[in-house]
Amino acid sequence: MTTIAATGTDLHAHDHHDADHKPGFFARWFMSTNHKDIGTLYLIFAIFAGIVGGAISGLMRLELAAPGIQYLQGWASMMAGKEASLDEAYHMWNVLITAHGLIMVFFMVMPAIIGGFGNWFVPLMIGAPDMAFPRMNNVSFWLTVVAFIMLLGSSFVPGGTGLGAGTGWTVYAPLSTSGSVGPAVDMAIFSLHLAGAASILGAINFITTIFNMRAPGMTLHKMPLFVWSVLVTAFLLLLALPVLAAAITMLLVDRNFGGAFFDAAAGGDPVLYQHLFWFFGHPEVYIMILPGFGIISQIVATFSRKPVFGYLGMAYAMVAIGVVGFVVWAHHMFTTGMSVDMKMYFTAATMVIAVPTGIKIFSWIATMWGGSVSFKTPMVWAMGFIFMFTVGGVTGVVLANGGLDDNLHDTYYVVAHFHYVLSLGAVFSLFAGFYYWFGKMSGRHLNEFLGHLHFWVFFIGVNVLFFPMHFLGNSGMPRRYPDYPEAFAYWNGVASTGYAIMAVGILIFFVNVIWSLLAGRRAEDNYWGEGATTLEWTLTSPPPYHQFETLPVIK
Amino acid sequence: MIMLKKFLVVVAAMAMPSLALAQPANPAPAPVTKEVAAPVVATPAAAAPAAAEAAAAPAAAAAPKSMDGSLPGYTPMRPDYANSVGMPKAKEVDFQEQFSDNGQYAKWINNAILLPIITIISMFVLGLLLWVIVRFNRRANPVPSKTTHNTFIEVVWTLVPVLILLGIAYPSLDLLAKQFKPAPADAVTIKATGYQWYWGYTYPDHGGFEVVSNMLKEQGDVAKGERFRTENDGPKLMAADNRMVVPVGVPIRIQTTAADVIHAFAVPSLWFKLDAVPGRLNEKSLTITKPGVYFGQCSELCGARHAFMPIVVEALPPEKFAAWVKAQGGTMPGAEKPAPAAAPAVAAPAAAAGTAPTTDTAAAPAAAPTK
Repeated sequence: MTTIAATGTDLHAHDHHDADHKPGFFARWFMSTNHKDIGTLYLIFAIFAGIVGGAISGLMRLELAAPGIQYLQGWASMMAGKEASLDEAYHMWNVLITAHGLIMVFFMVMPAIIGGFGNWFVPLMIGAPDMAFPRMNNVSFWLTVVAFIMLLGSSFVPGGTGLGAGTGWTVYAPLSTSGSVGPAVDMAIFSLHLAGAASILGAINFITTIFNMRAPGMTLHKMPLFVWSVLVTAFLLLLALPVLAAAITMLLVDRNFGGAFFDAAAGGDPVLYQHLFWFFGHPEVYIMILPGFGIISQIVATFSRKPVFGYLGMAYAMVAIGVVGFVVWAHHMFTTGMSVDMKMYFTAATMVIAVPTGIKIFSWIATMWGGSVSFKTPMVWAMGFIFMFTVGGVTGVVLANGGLDDNLHDTYYVVAHFHYVLSLGAVFSLFAGFYYWFGKMSGRHLNEFLGHLHFWVFFIGVNVLFFPMHFLGNSGMPRRYPDYPEAFAYWNGVASTGYAIMAVGILIFFVNVIWSLLAGRRAEDNYWGEGATTLEWTLTSPPPYHQFETLPVIK
Repeated sequence: MIMLKKFLVVVAAMAMPSLALAQPANPAPAPVTKEVAAPVVATPAAAAPAAAEAAAAPAAAAAPKSMDGSLPGYTPMRPDYANSVGMPKAKEVDFQEQFSDNGQYAKWINNAILLPIITIISMFVLGLLLWVIVRFNRRANPVPSKTTHNTFIEVVWTLVPVLILLGIAYPSLDLLAKQFKPAPADAVTIKATGYQWYWGYTYPDHGGFEVVSNMLKEQGDVAKGERFRTENDGPKLMAADNRMVVPVGVPIRIQTTAADVIHAFAVPSLWFKLDAVPGRLNEKSLTITKPGVYFGQCSELCGARHAFMPIVVEALPPEKFAAWVKAQGGTMPGAEKPAPAAAPAVAAPAAAAGTAPTTDTAAAPAAAPTK
């Protein structure tokens, strides 16, 4: 990493005439084989899905702002086109939580961080002209789009008590089998199949690209940490998603073809589904955060004007997190009635993950230590990430204790924990990356003031939104409840206020993006200066349509 | 191995009810146990179902019709609102007050060990970040250092977390061991069955009656003349018409299963949560330290009315518990032959003759289920 000083600074100069020839609109955006265009499509898609998923959480916080059922029945009636019963309203709630979870995981974070930034910057950072399989790359994207449409569509077909799939994003059997008649859950499962297939293809693409298309001289141990993070993530995807595919296929068999994998009455076992799901589900949370780790590493090094501290430790900490991430899954199932030995093992193994994660946190701080740090917008987001991810991480250590989880499992404490690592972790890294690379991608600068304002409003908003959830969880409020006893009203009210603050922050973000696209200052090649040492900064902003036709040589 | 055990559990649990009429199938755990322990009984196999069925009748007959849930010899205890016992408190940031030894230990582990550690770690990271902002900003430190390695510090920040985690692991694993200490053979067994969307509590040691527990609705939401929630029953959304009544101060054995989808039996003030999985019989022991009413809510997404199937545990001194059992038409194990009731007579000798519960190791099947 330290030695990536590109010799290709003059390459783009004569790339222009033939390299920048772009196909027509339809061919360019609908039949794309260009990694940057596909990355852009992924980012636009993720932003759209994020708006949908975020709006759904807004509906949830609105309903939860005060005890009692305020709006649900009205919304359910709107969806059904007729007066909805109270039970249909409650089902609507389950549809909302299910959709929010699935959309944010599969259609916002993953497309943005892997499909978007991964596609854009992995080839640029390793000095490759494009991804290894450009057409497959396009297939990945459009499968994701169809998957999203399928998921949204499932909300309009019967799913048991009411319209839509109300199983939670975990789709636990038998609620998802005998407990949900109607096509909605089948549609949602089909959506997951498509999204999963898209991600598997993407993972194959990234692994192949990173292993085979690095520029001469770029050994694995010289790769930027973002590329490392995507490589590890791609392996997690490749190993975890087929297990999800198997599990949800078994659900389909149980639902439609008389199968009994998860039906105890016919010799199956509902808990088997949970093992399969979480064997995928736990690596999945690292899939969402590891590329974020990579982004933060790039940003911290850039703005400290120092190479990353302990590069090898950082790279192999990610590998360790990936490996250990596969052997801790049952900590999501501490209350299913497992034996004491299993519970002890999964408690201990889960706590082990804190060690490589700690190495990363401290190495980022050590990178800044002694540095000459400038607090531009991406760096502010990165520092927010480091602190908030620490908070989410330490509550993870609490939850790792099987004996404590007996109380905390399925309460708002868990909701607080995973929103701290995702909404304040993964999402902060997404914003950090967006502010870091937007100029490179669009050729226009974002506004620094609006960027900082966005950060502070969003930072305050999400903390007001999610921190009280720890308290709610401590005092016993279960997850996935549309209504709650009076005693939980206060902190729920605070949390809903936090949502409103956060929403204002998002608004500032969109104002900034639109302003920048219309009137933003033109971005130079390397607008962050000497700290930005990776190969994308040797290219123009935006880079030529095809880059590195002559491969850069890494010293 | 695990699969095999699982399979056995499934087979064992499959003898279980799938719908409302739970009694006929009920003998699975307990009545059978008693027969085994009572060698004098000639036809245990026949006796058990008979006993169970017989018990069903009085249970149904005794189903409370009163507006406050009271029965002859039993009046539901009024929850302790003043001290928020067994229920959440407004604006609370901490755990609920705990009323089991393991719960107190677990709360102590969190509040005395984990919470300080995670707070210090978070503040430490925040402090370092603030120091970076103050000391290493571009103006204060225009020339960056070139340091990229320091083996000593890297070893330190790997080993220190390991030591901290070891420090956490010790009490944590100790807590697990305590939580998994099986209840003694003579412990009262209660089988909690989750249904969409209510709970059924079966007392296999007490004649096998089942108490069906539905959430109490508000006065405005029920038809005239039907029972609605009052302050005596508990907070809104947490009160149930029939409570799970248990003896205080002695170990009880709670078994959970479900009839349709997965539910979870959870009571925060007892630090107790155990999934109710169809086809499985999960088990955990619990000793409640103080008489009182302890509220909980279903904690595994189970469909539309997931938020509306509360759990209410009422812990009573043994003699009051016995009175409640009697009011339910049940029998105390080892008790003298209960008065007339024609059919229960079949069961009663069985229980009485063996003086079963104290010694029978055959009660172990109850211990097996958690696999």
